[in-house]
Amino acid sequence: MSPTKLTDLTIAEARDGLRAKSFSVQELAKAHLDAIETAAALNAYVLPTPERALEMAKASDARLGKGEGGALEGIPLGIKDLFCTKDVRTTACSHILGEFTPTYESTVSANLWAEGAVMLGKLNNDEFAMGSSNETSFFGPAINPWRREGSDAKLVPGGSSGGSSSAVAAHLCMGATATDTGGSIRQPAAITGTVGIKPTYGRCSRWGIVAFASSLDQAGPITRTVRDAAIMLKNMSSYDPKDTTSADVPVPDFEAAVGQGVKGLTIGIPKEYRVPGMAPEVEALWQQGIAWLKDAGAEIKEVSLPHTKYALPAYYIVAPAEASSNLARYDGVRYGLREPCADVTSMYENTREAGFGAEVKRRILIGTYVLSAGYYDAYYLKAQKVRTLIKQDFDQAFEGVDAILTPTTPGPAFAIGEKSGDPLDMYLNDIFTVTVNMAGLPGISVPAGSSSECTPLGLQLIGRAFDEETLFRAGQVIEDAAGPSAKPADWWSEAK
Amino acid sequence: MDAKTEKSNLIEGATGAWEMVIGLEVHAQVSSESKLFSGASTEFGGEPNSHVSLVDAAMPGMLPVINEGCIAQAIRTGLGLKAQINLTSVFDRKNYFYPDLPQGYQISQFKDPIVGEGEVIVDLLSGERVIVGIERLHLEQDAGKSLHDQHPQFSYVDLNRSGVALMEIVSRPDIRSSEQARAYVSKVRTILRYLGTCDGNMEEGSLRADVNVSVRRPGEELGTRCEIKNVNSIRFIGQAIEYEARRQIEILEDGGKIDQQTRLFDAKTGETRAMRSKEEAHDYRYFPDPDLLPLELSQEFVDGIAASLPELPDEKRARFIADYGLTPYDADVLVAERESVDYFEAVAKGRDAKQAANWVINELFGRLNKEGVNVVDSPVSADQLGSIVDLIKANTISGKIAKDVFDIAWTEGGDPAEIVEARGLKQVTDTGAIKKAVDDVIAANPEKVEQAKEKPAMVGWFVGQVMKATQGKASPQAVNELLKAKLGI
Amino acid sequence: MSVDRATVHRIASLARLAITEEEAEQLEKELSGIFDWVAQLDELDTSAVEPMTRVAAMTMRLRKDEVTDGFYADDIVKNAPKVDDHYFVVPKIIE
Ligand SMILES: [Mg+2]
Ligand SMILES: [Zn+2]
Repeated sequence: MSPTKLTDLTIAEARDGLRAKSFSVQELAKAHLDAIETAAALNAYVLPTPERALEMAKASDARLGKGEGGALEGIPLGIKDLFCTKDVRTTACSHILGEFTPTYESTVSANLWAEGAVMLGKLNNDEFAMGSSNETSFFGPAINPWRREGSDAKLVPGGSSGGSSSAVAAHLCMGATATDTGGSIRQPAAITGTVGIKPTYGRCSRWGIVAFASSLDQAGPITRTVRDAAIMLKNMSSYDPKDTTSADVPVPDFEAAVGQGVKGLTIGIPKEYRVPGMAPEVEALWQQGIAWLKDAGAEIKEVSLPHTKYALPAYYIVAPAEASSNLARYDGVRYGLREPCADVTSMYENTREAGFGAEVKRRILIGTYVLSAGYYDAYYLKAQKVRTLIKQDFDQAFEGVDAILTPTTPGPAFAIGEKSGDPLDMYLNDIFTVTVNMAGLPGISVPAGSSSECTPLGLQLIGRAFDEETLFRAGQVIEDAAGPSAKPADWWSEAK
Repeated sequence: MDAKTEKSNLIEGATGAWEMVIGLEVHAQVSSESKLFSGASTEFGGEPNSHVSLVDAAMPGMLPVINEGCIAQAIRTGLGLKAQINLTSVFDRKNYFYPDLPQGYQISQFKDPIVGEGEVIVDLLSGERVIVGIERLHLEQDAGKSLHDQHPQFSYVDLNRSGVALMEIVSRPDIRSSEQARAYVSKVRTILRYLGTCDGNMEEGSLRADVNVSVRRPGEELGTRCEIKNVNSIRFIGQAIEYEARRQIEILEDGGKIDQQTRLFDAKTGETRAMRSKEEAHDYRYFPDPDLLPLELSQEFVDGIAASLPELPDEKRARFIADYGLTPYDADVLVAERESVDYFEAVAKGRDAKQAANWVINELFGRLNKEGVNVVDSPVSADQLGSIVDLIKANTISGKIAKDVFDIAWTEGGDPAEIVEARGLKQVTDTGAIKKAVDDVIAANPEKVEQAKEKPAMVGWFVGQVMKATQGKASPQAVNELLKAKLGI
Repeated sequence: MSVDRATVHRIASLARLAITEEEAEQLEKELSGIFDWVAQLDELDTSAVEPMTRVAAMTMRLRKDEVTDGFYADDIVKNAPKVDDHYFVVPKIIE
């Protein structure tokens, strides 16, 4: 098989190919490393790790040679730079972490390596996962491999997991880890034509993932197919005694759910998601999704989630509040950047001033403000009460439906710089995804069509807590109906 | 004046009497193997940053997992303080920046502590009894340690203590003198040590107090308080309060006003001073730690701990007074330290408790104090002292010889019964031999015999002579009786 | 709810961020805009609503009191900007 062909395989196909010895892990890894090397224009990787990849691939080949190997044996993956990787620089794409090199491995990535996966490198993201376009990264933005028809404007790959979505869409890895605090897996997946699932809060351990907002953060995969997402999520998930909020529940064989169809399922359509200013093409896509699910045998039912509009403002209290505290540890004392100063307070102030980018500072300040004396009840407590209402909305809706279908984003990929003027404008990207984080529920984004500019659009399915299986069932139906996701035309490869 | 305003506690200023109002926040290190939220060791000392986990150093992505043992200890302490145990409590983050606070926040309990209201009975030397209300007890993380004397331009940070569990025991402002404050802290320390929930070792920082002091005219509203941070000995607590109260009175009497301040106590000068660091308004931005869940305990869990509680000093004291007829003073001395009371109870078991108490307090504690030895290291064990008491009881030796036996046991060791046997210290109970000695002394001192008839107290001199003649082995009681008969007094 | 310049400086100092006057000016505008938008939450009467205290229905698990971690001071100080004899070294702290 030609090397380019190897990068076009899905995880499921590669898994079979490796078992059948059609190619080696090292060939598969090499094909991806070559693709990465010529794709600097996408800036998807902030740190490729070719040596480690080849070393892991070699060990993986040895295991396969002995008829051994795990569920992801030999599968080359990219790792969002928010995941701590032992002896490999981890920065959360923030200057403040400097050359921080963990002496430990995050539980999620450790789970993947334990199943034989191969690490290709660390992927770009918005600084500390704060952003929806990857433009806040200290390493510069990752670029969407998709372009508008007839335009060579650089589009954002979404965020914060923009390196993950870009790399998966451009076939620079077979799948990538990602994290989602307000939509950071689903939004980038939607606008790069990839599949992204944020599982139920507690499904994946948060141990070893640089924290943004503890009560909202959750890891998940970005892949090119629903089946691949199921395979990856199964192997990322685990109960972890090192994370008090990790759920001590069995991890189902998600792949088994793929292909079970939606006959007998009821899918809810929340009327409150029809927001003013929603692009007609998004509305059309949503209707198309409804029709596909109905055709496949699902019952469609309107549901009401009355507090939807309050989710985003409440999110912009809870997430910055937690972040302002979670990011207090970046102080120049134990790791990362330090601005030399004669006294400790100046050292803190100057280190944090130099180390954090504008968006991170903005959120730290919002968070500090809403927690400060006299404002706690009006903001943080209020927002946590709103979360209760949002959760209750979903609880009620799920009494009558098995999953909820919505658009993932209000529109397609936008151009670099287009929305960075007004923070609020950027925040509105998460309007359909953030409710899911607020309620701790699982949500998947599946490619479903194209915008008028011929860039990808996605549909989101929201499930009951710990019922990712229904999302994989319905997600596969949409994927089947929408047709296989195309590979964007390669404009980025440099001749070597 | 309110009920707590005792005249004796007032301080006379230039313009009249003042009353101190004191509240204490005692930080007691929980006795546990590992830290509150990590598996690192709590052992004192250790190479710098060796008793530190990735969690304690607040490495990116690290998460706290709570230690069940520390929770049990906090509940045990709450029960010992006769306090309300809260079956649901919440851990909050207290946000502030300091180099020995790696997370940039301390995990503590703010609105919903694990233990609510309780009380501590404090008995003073004067016999006065003060009840100090406990407002709450909460669990929190200790910070690391900053060393300032290693280098002229730099401070050194060691995180070995970072994350060790502390119980913060907050009193109501019920304390009115430095003596009461000292007695209160001693009592809390005693209770903790009985419970085994804190070793109370103040040199190692296992117990330290933030002292809130204000002054007011008796009966008036509370004055502005100053908080003296981290005072680490009971003596210093007393000194700090005395200094601080006088400082405040001086300011007020000069027409000034007290600034609410955080102050430090300087043990070298005995003074308190305002912290030099930029004093910004404290705004800790408390909020529930989103890495943790509410702590929910079952009543059975609490009941199980309650069932294992030892007898506490107040109960022991009451029992010693009621059942053993000890004086309140003796009872206080015995119950003050768990090791002392354990020793005493071992000696008293199956014996005359009053006599046991005399021996423990006078002979043993006297000697321990004189030689600066802790009761746990006593050269004379409770078994040995018990057998000395038995020998007296059996009339084998006199009280006087017993002291010699105690001294031999102290310096040379050995079983008291064997010491008595080997050295021929057995009391002479043979009345013939005593009679002879009495007769000899009377015969040799005719003038003294005459004097004794006038002054019966002189008999003591004769007793002494007889005892001397019998090398102390005669039963003093028998000697006394014989002498009285012979001398006709 | 608008945020004034003094407040921006106060919270920046609480958050240990040395912001410039230009940044403060910009932040004053941005934060005011964000808090005006957040104010729509006031439409909701939440007086009878319990705040969310846990995302998933779980109870706090407890760890056994055992020493299972630590004893790797080399790792602890490995990434530190300034170290001496396994201590973290910082500019002199004044109390
Ligand atoms: Mg305190
Ligand atoms: Zn405290």
